[in-house]
Amino acid sequence: MAVGKSVNRMDAVAKVTGRAEYTQDLYKPDMLVARYFRSTIAHGKVTLINVEKAKNLKGVEAVFTYEDVPENKFATAGHPFSLDPGHKDVEDRLLLSQDIRFMGDEIAIVVAHDEIIANKALKLIHVSYKEYKPLTFPEDILKKDARQIHKGSSNIVGEHEYAFGDDIKEAFKKADVVVQGKFKTAMVQHCHLENHISYAYMDDLDRIVIVSSTQIPHIVRRLVSEALNMPLNRIRILKPFVGGGFGNKQDMVLEPMVAFLTLKLDGRPVQINLSREECMLGTRNRHPFFIDVKTGIKKDGTIVARQMDAISITGAYASHGHAIISAGGSKQSSLYPHVATQFHARTLYANIPVAGAMRAYGSPQILYAVECATEDAARKIGMDSVEFRLKNIARQGDMNLLSGKRILSCGLTECLVKGKKFINWDSKVKEYKKYKTGPVRRGLGVACFSYASGTYPVCVEVAGVRIVLNQDGTVHVMVGATEIGQGSDTVVAQMVAQTLCLPYEHVMVVQAQDTDVSPFDTGAYASRQAYVVSNAVFKAASDLKDKILGHAGLMTQRQRKDLDIHNAKIIDVYTNENVMDMKTLAVDSFYHKERGGQLTSEISHKTTTNAPVFGCTFVDIEVDIPLCKIKINQIINVHDSGVILNPVQAGGQVHGGVFMGMGAALLEEMMIDTKTGRVYNNNLLDYKFPTFVDLPQIHHDFVETKEPTSGYGNKSLGEPPVITPPPAIRNAVLDATGVCINALPLSPHHLFTSFKKGGILDSKGDADV
Amino acid sequence: MFDLKKHIKATCLDDAIALLIENPNARLIAGGTDVLIKLRHGKKGYSELIDINGLEELRFIKQDKQNNILIGSGTVFSDIIQSDIIKKHIPMLSDAAQSVGGPQIRNVATIGGNICNGVTSADSASSLFSLNAVLVVKTQGAIREIPISDFYLGPGKVDLKKGEILTTIIIRPDDYMGSFGYYYKYAMRNAMDIATIGCAVCLKVKHHILADFRIAYGVAGPVPIRCLKTEKSVTNKKITLKLLDDISRFVAHDVSPRTSWRATKEFRMNIICELSKRATKKALNRAGEGL
Repeated sequence: MAVGKSVNRMDAVAKVTGRAEYTQDLYKPDMLVARYFRSTIAHGKVTLINVEKAKNLKGVEAVFTYEDVPENKFATAGHPFSLDPGHKDVEDRLLLSQDIRFMGDEIAIVVAHDEIIANKALKLIHVSYKEYKPLTFPEDILKKDARQIHKGSSNIVGEHEYAFGDDIKEAFKKADVVVQGKFKTAMVQHCHLENHISYAYMDDLDRIVIVSSTQIPHIVRRLVSEALNMPLNRIRILKPFVGGGFGNKQDMVLEPMVAFLTLKLDGRPVQINLSREECMLGTRNRHPFFIDVKTGIKKDGTIVARQMDAISITGAYASHGHAIISAGGSKQSSLYPHVATQFHARTLYANIPVAGAMRAYGSPQILYAVECATEDAARKIGMDSVEFRLKNIARQGDMNLLSGKRILSCGLTECLVKGKKFINWDSKVKEYKKYKTGPVRRGLGVACFSYASGTYPVCVEVAGVRIVLNQDGTVHVMVGATEIGQGSDTVVAQMVAQTLCLPYEHVMVVQAQDTDVSPFDTGAYASRQAYVVSNAVFKAASDLKDKILGHAGLMTQRQRKDLDIHNAKIIDVYTNENVMDMKTLAVDSFYHKERGGQLTSEISHKTTTNAPVFGCTFVDIEVDIPLCKIKINQIINVHDSGVILNPVQAGGQVHGGVFMGMGAALLEEMMIDTKTGRVYNNNLLDYKFPTFVDLPQIHHDFVETKEPTSGYGNKSLGEPPVITPPPAIRNAVLDATGVCINALPLSPHHLFTSFKKGGILDSKGDADV
Repeated sequence: MFDLKKHIKATCLDDAIALLIENPNARLIAGGTDVLIKLRHGKKGYSELIDINGLEELRFIKQDKQNNILIGSGTVFSDIIQSDIIKKHIPMLSDAAQSVGGPQIRNVATIGGNICNGVTSADSASSLFSLNAVLVVKTQGAIREIPISDFYLGPGKVDLKKGEILTTIIIRPDDYMGSFGYYYKYAMRNAMDIATIGCAVCLKVKHHILADFRIAYGVAGPVPIRCLKTEKSVTNKKITLKLLDDISRFVAHDVSPRTSWRATKEFRMNIICELSKRATKKALNRAGEGL
C-alpha cells in the first residue's frame, strides 16, 4: 500500500545532490541574453525614445521598443480557455508599452551577448515622458474624473455581487448585536527561490521551442500562440525542474517575449533571466484588499448575517484580475454555511506593480477579514473564541448554498478540538489573564478556513495520464499535472503503485514536461493537482491493470477475473499461487511474436466535483510592547485534507504554508511610495521575508476524512496552510493587548503606530524584559 | 556577472599598499560582502579591486604584553565569535559579530571591512565605539593611530587617505578589563538584516555604583555615535531602576535619528530609549549586578 506512506520524493536525490537541471542549467553556448528597459515613472506616456547609441554598442545584437512589437493585446493569466466569451481574461497587455502604468513598466528590450553588455546598453537608452499623477488609493482611482489607466476601462477590472441564505436585511433584524470592521491587507510577494527565467530558440524554420520555469506549460503554449498570433502547433513548451512558483508562474510572464525575440533573430536562442529585484518589481504580487465587514450575531453566539464589501487592487495590468477576489470571496459559504451572507467586490487598476495569482488566490485576504470579524463578534458577546466558531462552522452534510452542493466530508470540528487541545487553550486562557498588563503580554488566537480542491465549476478541470509498462515490469508515468517542487510527481507515483499493486520504486513519473508529448493538463494551481489527477490516475492504472491481467490470462489460459497483481507479481486470486512476476509478463507482451504489444493506458478525465477542505490555526504569542515585537511561542495548523497521501510531504506543505503565513502576518509588505508609485523594497534585504531564526518550531496535525469524490480519498492541501496564521496572530495580539489592529502586516512599525494610538506604549511593569 | 576591469591579488600587506598607490582608482576588497554588492548594482568606482582577502598577516586576535587586545582588520566575524580571548574579555564583541548577516556572511566578512565601509549600521562599529577602540592605519613608511570616534567622517566616509590600509584594531586594557558590555541589535529579523538601531553598552560597577558608563549607537545618526552627555550624567550614580529610566530619557538628547522609508524618527527614538535600558540591564547582569 503506497498511499499513506511517507515514501521519499521522486526527485529527492537529484535535488540534494545538485543534479536536478533547472532552466538556467540548460544553458545554450551561443545563447543571447535580453534585458528590459523599464520605466522610472509610474504613470505617463513615452514621448520620445532614442536607442541608437545602445544599438551601436559592441556586443549588442538588437534593441526593440514599443514601436517594434505587435499591436495585439493579450491576456497573461494562467487560466484554461473559457468557451464562455463573458468569462475571458482581460486582454490589456502588449509585449512592450508606450503607456506607462507602473514604475518598472517594460518600454524596450536589449539583446546582447552577455548581461554586462546588455546592462551597459540600457544606460545608453534615452527616453522622455509625459507624466500623470500616479493613482494608488481606491478613492483616487474611483474618482469620476480619474485618468483611465487603460483607456475605456473606468479603472474597474471587474465587479460582482452574490448573496446566499436568508434575505440579508431580514437576517440583520434578527441580530442582537452588530459588529463592524474595516480591514486592509498588504501587497506581498511570492519569493520563490528560482526567479523567473525563460529562453527560446527555433529548431527549424517554423517552430519555436520555449524552455521556461512555469507552473502551466500547456496554458502558456496557448497564451503565447495568442500573443504572437501564431498557430499553437508551432509552439513547444519545455518545463524542466522548477524552483517554486506559488502562483507567480501561473501566469505568462517572459515566454511571449523570448519567443518574439527568437523569431526576430532568426531562431537564435535568447534568454531572459530576471534578477530578484526585477522579479519582485516586474512579475506579480498578491493583491492588496480593502474589506468592510458587518456581522450580525445573536446573544447565544449564532452568527445570523454577514455583509462584506471588498476592493482588490490588481495594479497596472489585470493579469488574473477579478478572478482573485471572486475566488477568495467564494470560500466562506463552505466555512459558515448557515450565515445569511451578502458579498460585493470590485477589482481596480492602479499605478503600482501587477498583482496576480498567489498561494490561496484571494482567500488569505478575504478569510483574514472574515476571521478577524468573527473574533470581534465573539468578543462582543463575551463568548470563548473556539466555542463561538464551533457553534457556527460547517459540518459534514451541510449544504453549501453558494455552490448548491452538499459538503460530503468535513472534519473542521475535529480540527478545532485537536488544535485547542494541543495549544492547551483552556488552561492558558486562565493563566494568561495575569499577562494582560505591563510591557510584555501574552495572548491566544485562533482562526479557521475553508478552501476548495480545484476551480470547477468556474473553470474546466481536466487531467491527462499515460502509463506504460516497461520491458522489466516497471512502469513509466506521464502526467500533465506539473511538478514545481510541491511533490505532485511523488504522490502520483504512490497512486499508481497503489492501484497497480507495485512497489513505489517500480513507478517512475517523468519529471520534465514537453507540450509535444506530455498529456494535457492545465497545470499547477488551485491546489488542484492531487485531487483532479486522482480520478484520472485511478482510471488509467485500473485500465492498465486490466490489460496486464488480460495478457497474463492469454499467457496462462486463465480467466482475467481469476488473476490479480500483488506486490509486482501475478497471483491466482483463489489459491494465492504466484503465477508469474511482472517482468516475465512484460517481456512476453513486448517480444512474443504473436500476442500482446506494449501495454499502455492513457486517460483524459474531467472532474466535475470540487471538494471543500478545512482547517485552523492556533497560536500562543507574547507581545513586547515597548519594542513593538511579537514572539510566537507556539503555533499549530490542523487540516482536514481528506486522506493524507504522504504524511511527511504533507507536513512539509503545511510547514511551508504556515511559515509563509507568519511572514505575511508579521513582516512582509511591498512598500510603495503612494505619491510616486515607487517600490522601495524590491529586494530580499528590505523585503523582510523571515529567516529560520525568526520563527518558532511549527506544529501540524491532520484530521483524516475520506472524500468520496476523489480517487484516493484525498483533498487539496497545497495552498490552504498559508490562510489562517495572519488572522490567528492578529486575534492573539488583540487578546494580549486589547488593541484591535485591522491591517497587515503586524510589523514593528505598524505595531508602534497602533500601540501609540491605543495608549499602551508606555506601559510599565515588572515583567523581566 | 560582475563588470570587473581589474582584479589584483596582493601577496602581503606591503604589496597591497604599493598596489593601492600604483592604482589610484582601485579599491580594496576583503570579504567582498559590501564591495561585490556595490559592484553588482553597477556603482561607480568599484571596477578595479586590490584583493586582500585571506592575507594572514591581517587575520589575528591577540593580547600583547601591555594587555592590549589586538584584532587584525582581516579577521572575519566567525573568528571573533570563536576566539577565546574575545569570549573571555569582550563578550559584547562576540554578540555583535554573531548578529552580522548569516553564517555564510560571517565566514567571509571582515571586521576591518565593516568599519571602513563607513555605514552607521555596522554591527561592530557601535561596540568598538563603546570600547574606545583605536585604529592602526598603515601606508608606505608611516603608521598612525586614530580613535574610532574620529575615524568616521560622514555616511560612507572614513578617514583613510590614498594608499592607507586599516591593519589593526586596538582595545586598551582600561577599556575592557573590569568592564562588562552588551550589544543589542534591533532589526526586523534576527538574521540577514541590518540594524534598525544598534546599541552597545560598556560599563564598570563599584559597590552598586555605576563607576564607568559608555553607550554608543548605530543608526541613531549619520555615523555611529557615543552619548557623551548621558554618560557624564549617570556616571558615579547608584544603580537603581530609576537610573535606567534616566538613561533612557537622557539618550534621546544625544542622538539624531532621522525618518526614512525604512523607519520613522519617532519609531527609532522609541527603540533607542528602550534599548538603552535593556542593553544596560544586560551589561549589569554580566557584571553580576541584579536589579
